[in-house]
Amino acid sequence: MDSSEAIFNGLKDAGIDFIVSVPCVNLSKLLNMIDEDDEITHIPVTREEEGIGICAGAYLGGKKPAILMQNSGLGNSINALKSLTQLYKFPLLMIMSHRGTEGENICGQVPMGESTPRILEAMDFRFFKPANPEAAYEDIKLSWDLSVEDGKPVSVLLEIKYW
Amino acid sequence: MARRQAIENIMKSIDDEIVVCNIGFPSRELYDIKDRDKNFYMIGSMGLASSIGLGLALAKPDEDVVVIDGDGSLLMNMGSLVTVFANNPRNLTWIVIDNGAYGSTGNQDTYAQVLDLVDVAKGVGFKNAFNFEDISLKDVIESDDASFIVYNTEAGNSTAPIIDLGPIVIKTRFMNAIK
Repeated sequence: MDSSEAIFNGLKDAGIDFIVSVPCVNLSKLLNMIDEDDEITHIPVTREEEGIGICAGAYLGGKKPAILMQNSGLGNSINALKSLTQLYKFPLLMIMSHRGTEGENICGQVPMGESTPRILEAMDFRFFKPANPEAAYEDIKLSWDLSVEDGKPVSVLLEIKYW
Repeated sequence: MARRQAIENIMKSIDDEIVVCNIGFPSRELYDIKDRDKNFYMIGSMGLASSIGLGLALAKPDEDVVVIDGDGSLLMNMGSLVTVFANNPRNLTWIVIDNGAYGSTGNQDTYAQVLDLVDVAKGVGFKNAFNFEDISLKDVIESDDASFIVYNTEAGNSTAPIIDLGPIVIKTRFMNAIK
């Protein structure tokens, strides 16, 4: 089970059947796997905030949604995550490629990357930082149920060294 | 004619359809005019009415979904025009009530005053992009492509009260109604 397979298997075993995405190079293989899965509806979006709205609608319609994005997309989504997802207690799984972490070679990723965990803490949203594929699989598999329980999004941050 | 009358006219064509309604006075006016379990009222997240509608339309292909949006909200989420067009859910009808104003915050002007939003949608590629006055809404709802409709009105809010349902009640009764 490589790094992408672990996430994919976790999503499948969590019952995720609806995914919106804004790509990251680290998510490339995972996005291909999702596109090849007939049971998952995959909707690429223009901006992450839009994806939060689409996930809310999909949940209302009976789907189990997740968003795949870079951590930069968290910044683009904060109000929607609060005044839509949390307000109505919509569950949502957020899989984030956590850029700006150890090994980052693009300086532009660093400021948001450094602040991302503290932003999630300030939002009072649960998140995981799995160190390896086995941990990622276990965290993701449990995350949907935790999100239902919390009535809030649950995030999985995947640092550069994870991949 | 202001927004409230437009919503009344829209609702004359609504029977069993899902309605997703924009935040602020649009939802308050819809609630006052015709509350129903299949109305989803937005209380936050300005701009995302069409995105919520798109998610619903994709998840519920056997239901017709009507979004009541506004020009200020559309301008906040223009990318949604592209995502809706590219996915083209046949069961989604997106109505933008264009009063050229941020109605719920005191009727400040929007840039929609210098735009023709039907032309914008046609430019993106929508085959079904219409002015409300030129169409039968029911026929458009039943068409085989996603549709974008602009309903031009004057600015102004009615005296509709604040919705006295909490978000969890709005969600729960809506989900039970579309199960």
